[in-house]
Amino acid sequence: MTTGGWITMILSVGFVTTLFCWCCYKVLTGKPQDHELGHIEPVHRDQIDER
Amino acid sequence: MSTPKTEVWSSRFGVILAVAGSAVGLGNFLRFPGLAAQYGGASFMIAYFISLLLLGIPIGWAEWTMGRMGGQRGFHSSPGIFYAIVKHPVGKYLGLMGFIIPVVVYMYYVYIEAWCLGYALNAATGTFSAPGADAGAFFTRFTGANQDGVALHFGLQDVGIFVVAVYFINFFFIYKGISKGIEIVCKWAMPLLILIAFIILARVLTLGTPDPAKPEQNVLNGLGFMWNPQDIMTGLKNPQLWLAAAGQIFFSLSVGFGAVITYASYLTRKDDVVLSGLTAASCNEFCEVGLGGLITVPAAFVFLGAAGIIGQGTFALGFNVLPQVFAKMPFGADFFATIFYLLLFLAAITSSLSMLQPGIAFFEEGFGLGRKASIGFLAFMTAIGTGIVWWFSKDLKALDTIDFWIGTVMIFVQGLVLAGVYAWYIGIDKAWEETHQGAEMRIPGFYKKVLVYISPSFLGIVLVMFILKNVFGWNFSFADPQFNPTSYVTDLVGPNHNDVARGSFLFMVIVVVFVAYLINLAAKNWDKKQGGTNP
Repeated sequence: MTTGGWITMILSVGFVTTLFCWCCYKVLTGKPQDHELGHIEPVHRDQIDER
Repeated sequence: MSTPKTEVWSSRFGVILAVAGSAVGLGNFLRFPGLAAQYGGASFMIAYFISLLLLGIPIGWAEWTMGRMGGQRGFHSSPGIFYAIVKHPVGKYLGLMGFIIPVVVYMYYVYIEAWCLGYALNAATGTFSAPGADAGAFFTRFTGANQDGVALHFGLQDVGIFVVAVYFINFFFIYKGISKGIEIVCKWAMPLLILIAFIILARVLTLGTPDPAKPEQNVLNGLGFMWNPQDIMTGLKNPQLWLAAAGQIFFSLSVGFGAVITYASYLTRKDDVVLSGLTAASCNEFCEVGLGGLITVPAAFVFLGAAGIIGQGTFALGFNVLPQVFAKMPFGADFFATIFYLLLFLAAITSSLSMLQPGIAFFEEGFGLGRKASIGFLAFMTAIGTGIVWWFSKDLKALDTIDFWIGTVMIFVQGLVLAGVYAWYIGIDKAWEETHQGAEMRIPGFYKKVLVYISPSFLGIVLVMFILKNVFGWNFSFADPQFNPTSYVTDLVGPNHNDVARGSFLFMVIVVVFVAYLINLAAKNWDKKQGGTNP
């Protein structure tokens, strides 16, 4: 493993790990959902405004 | 009268894990490490991350946004969503590929998923570590790669029973619905997958030098084989490297696949898509680079050396090389082999589940079918395709042909359609505003230019290069260009054609025509509901 190899590996793995951890932190500390997240069944016309 | 709300995504993490689960597949652990090692570490990773930032993440945001837009108008399938967004008679057909890709890919992906389950059980029973075990011969016989029809057997060392089991498992969970089926599976499978990857990673990194007679085959050299940079500038001038890196990003993130657009359609206008899309993409990248990049190739190098890895394709590395690697692993060879193939199975099932929902959504909203009837129809359709792949298994010809034309070329085309509709048809200003509805973070402003110009151009160039290389066999030389059509062409036309490839291609054509006809019928139903025709 050369120095270049170490740098490539640490930067690559470090970047994706940091990004993933930051995203998880933002999601977990973000605003709580005040509604149900979504629906699987097609929603009737009169329910469209609720979405 | 209102339709009762029978199913919901129960949490935000549920939808993120479902999208991440859809993206994380066999390619994360088998294809990516092989490509990074082949193209020389640093230069490949530079092209890879540029492709991630300019191609994968922005087009992913476009797909999440369009899915949510379609969902607000009552549509959850790709044809329906394009019907609602593109106000032109051709609009609904732009979504055709978003139905065909997941459904047809499911037909052969479930066959590969069955290999993973079968390998896990065979590893647990000591098949690969038994004296005289021949992993190559096992793979050939198990998959039926030596002769058509021979894979249709149902013993523990045959693929048949696992195909049936995997089919049942997939349709069982898809029948349970989004929150009780897909979401539950992904909530358990994704953390378990990451945990297993960490356990295997810990084992690989502590392998040291297992064979004192071959001191050069140690774990540090294994990591070096994967990550040591070769000549970076020379590497970056190689168009094949860019093609490999961009293609890996595109397929790994499942952009243009038809699953994300359907999953996002179950969000409300108040729900964020920017942070959710980025989180799902980052989860996939963590699994691919952070875990896949440290496990497969270093482990193979330690036991087999560079010669055992170079030139191996995804299937050969995963199902031929790695069983030999695990068999030589001291302390718990069978255990580590079992959990590795279980990991692949979990990665595969979270992907295959996402392939079914787009089809079910189309039958439900296009023809008013209930979930049971939709599942029944989809099961029948996919069983025909899986049957073809299963029976015509010699050289995996049927699988390879369908994977190339539908699972590769068509995904590129659908990605271009998504990028074009988002930035050019909806218009970047309106689309940008739509993306940021309910967003918990702002996308940097320069991404507007990226989405309008760079992503579509980049993807278009990659598609053209891909076709030139993999269809026409271009030698990547402008000075002395040569074209030698690849087997994907010569299998279909010319004196050396292959009947299975031709039959598989004909099957794909029939599916495309049939689905186009179904979309035409569905659009008439939608027109009636809307009290007129879609302008």
